[in-house]
Parts: sequence; C-alpha cells; structure tokens
Amino acid sequence: MWQIITNNWSAFLMGFWNTILCSIIALFFSLILGVIFALLEVAPPKFGRVIARIYVEIFRNIPLLVIVMIFYLIVPRFIVKLSGFQAGTIGLTLYTSAFIAETVKSGINSIGEGQMEGARSNGMTYIQAMRYVILPQAMKIVIPPLGNQFVNLIKNSSVLAFVAGFDLMYQAQIIAFATLKTIDTYVVVGLFYLILTMPLSYYMRYLEKKFAN
Amino acid sequence: MTPIIEFRDVNKYYGKLHALKNINLTINEGEVVSIIGPSGSGKSTLIRTMNGLERINSGQLIVTGHDLADKATDINKIRKNVGMVFQNFNLYENHTVLENVTLAPKIVLKRPDDENKEIAMRYLEKVGMADKANAYPRQVSGGQKQRVAIARSLAMHPKVILFDEPTSALDPEMIQDVLDVMKYVAEQGITMVVVTHEMGFARKVGTRLIFFDKGEVLEDRKPEEFFAHPDTERARDFLSKVISKD
Repeated sequence: MWQIITNNWSAFLMGFWNTILCSIIALFFSLILGVIFALLEVAPPKFGRVIARIYVEIFRNIPLLVIVMIFYLIVPRFIVKLSGFQAGTIGLTLYTSAFIAETVKSGINSIGEGQMEGARSNGMTYIQAMRYVILPQAMKIVIPPLGNQFVNLIKNSSVLAFVAGFDLMYQAQIIAFATLKTIDTYVVVGLFYLILTMPLSYYMRYLEKKFAN
Repeated sequence: MTPIIEFRDVNKYYGKLHALKNINLTINEGEVVSIIGPSGSGKSTLIRTMNGLERINSGQLIVTGHDLADKATDINKIRKNVGMVFQNFNLYENHTVLENVTLAPKIVLKRPDDENKEIAMRYLEKVGMADKANAYPRQVSGGQKQRVAIARSLAMHPKVILFDEPTSALDPEMIQDVLDVMKYVAEQGITMVVVTHEMGFARKVGTRLIFFDKGEVLEDRKPEEFFAHPDTERARDFLSKVISKD
C-alpha cells in the first residue's frame, strides 16, 4: 500500500489539493447563500419567501450528481464555459446551501418570538433585530447540524470525479485503473478524506463547547 | 393636558373574534393608566396595539402624533418614544445585562459609547442591578430580569412605557422590587400604561383606572373611585374574585 502512495504521490497530492480547494470554496459560498435564503424564508415579505422556498426545494430534492451534470453539460452549451472543477464546485455549493438554509431557518425559528418583539419594541428595525439579537443566538444553536453539513460537503466533493474535476476521487479512479490495485487505492483515498473531515469534526465540536457556556 | 395615545373607533379582529370593539380612549402625557380585567378580555391586545405589535383593522390610533393605522407611518420612529416591558422580560439572551441596556441606544439613537454606558449604568443603579452589569440574563432571577428590562426601556428616554403584565411571571417575593422600580418610573413623569393584576399598584401609583372586559372599556375613572364603587356588575364581580384571593 505504501508503494501506491510513493508511486503516485503527485497525483494524490493534486487530488487532495483540489478536494480542499473545492470544499473551502463551496463551504464559504454555501454558508453565505444558505443564510441569505434562510433569512428570506423567515422574513415578512411574501415574495422572498416564495423565491427561497422554490430554491430550497429544487436544490434539496435533486441528486447532487444531476445538479453537477446540469452545470457541466447544459450551462456551458447555452450560457458560459465551465471546467469540470468549476461545474462541480458550483453544483456542490448550491446543493449544500439548500440544506444549510433549512438548518439555519429552523435555528432562527427556535428563537422565541419574544426576542424579536423585545428588540422591535426597543426601537430596532427588523434587520437590526435579526443582526444583533436573533441571528447570533440562532447560529449558536445550528453549529452542530452545520458541522454535519460541512462534513457531508467534503465527502460530497467526490462528485467532481464524475466531471473530470481532478479531485481525490478522480485521481483514485485513474490510479486504480492504471495499477489495478483497487482496494489499496481506495483505502488510501479514504485516509485522505479522514485527514480533512476529522479535524473539521473536532473543530465544530470545539466551537459547540465554546459557545455552550 | 396633551394627548399622547389616542384611539378613535378602533376595531381589531382575530378571525371571527372581535378582540377590540370600537375603542375610543385618550391617554394624556404624564398619566399612569392601569388596565385591569379578566384574562382573555383583550387587555394585552389593547396595549400591544399601542406600539404596533398588533395591527388594528379599522379606526385611527394616534401615538405621539402619528397614526399607526396609516401605512406611511414609520413604526420604528414611534417606538423610539414608546418603550415596552413584557411579562416574559424578553431580554436579549446573547447580551450581558449592560449590553441589553446599551444596545438599542447605540444602534438606534447612535448615542456615543461613553455617554451610552454612563446612562445605562445610571439606570441599572436606579433599578438595583448595577452589580450584575456583566452577568447574562440566564444568570439572574426573573425579578432581576424585569428590572433590567425596565432600565432598558428607560435608557431610550421614551415618552411612554407600556407594561404588559410585568409582574405576572414572577415569584411573589420578587414582585415588590419590580413595583418599586415602576413607582420610580412614574415619579419621573413618564407616561405609563400598565396591564396588571396588582390592585395595590393600580390604587396607589395609578392616576387612572380602566376596567376592560370582552374587548370593551367598561369603566374609566380615578382608581380610588373605582375601588370604592365599581359602576358595572362585571367590575364588581371581578373585584370580588380578585380581592377575596388577597
């Protein structure tokens, strides 16, 4: 197994790097998009609610692979040229953001109505009340489920393998095919994913404890 | 006498329930108005319309010169002058006692930090909570929370403070401290509207008493007159139940 690593070091490293890059980009933007759509879903204007509802239902209920294929095959044909890596990362971002929106929304809804009434009666606008009172409390509550989403996101980034995204899983397929050491290759790849997901899990648990006081 | 809150033919419905029935009521600057009545009578609804937490369905409701029924009215502007204290305190759980008092003046009134803190500490001292300035709401008792909530309202320097059953969620031994603080508020000349079951407060501190039942103002008089001779059968019935409990 050691040979697999030493012989294919640069391929693994490139895959590892692309997986990290895709995960970081997708994590960052899915969190922003998720919070925005969660806010649209709980805010009073009906128009925003409908838009957010449609967005979430679409991206939550279609398999990730299908979303990625749309950005890999259909979008480039009509709108803009995208590499496999780009298509995969965009698809993963939108897919994950739908789940994050649902998570954050339920966090916001779990904060009692009284907090909003207290802030509004104190003279704050709806947006000020959200920003200074409701959201900070909601984000604290959603740290554990958000951690799950993030770990899922990293694992789901393996979808890039289907669209030539040069991530870990893509390299694994190439290496396994070339060396015929399928089991060894995928065990190594599994370990690489652990290197990413384990620290993240621990970090989320640390955050959870830090904010639980 | 300058009117500060004025109901003109106000109606409010929850579906089929007629919660406020053609209310006509004027509250003047400096008055301490107690609203009493059986539970489910609509007193909370009545007070919650005064700062727009509940919308009215018809009529006019003029608060500090602006009609709340008018869509063009900026409710946030009115709320700067109209504080509210709730049964369940509604302190900001993610902020310390001091921050609870400074937050709105800071972001709504843009009051400079030094001055803001000074004012906040002054009010926390008045309500006896200065030593808990850095505690979080979950670390203090209900009575203490309510006193912080009153300081939070005072720090906005409002013209009116609305109290919606401020002592109803408190243990009996906590109630007096909160009533003392409310008495202090009254002495500052701030207009107060208080939905309450505390007959002692209504009688001694209140300058005016409203008996409210089934969405209507049944009696609106001086407290001492009301407690001596309630005019209506329903008020007599209510009082006999409340007083016999004491």
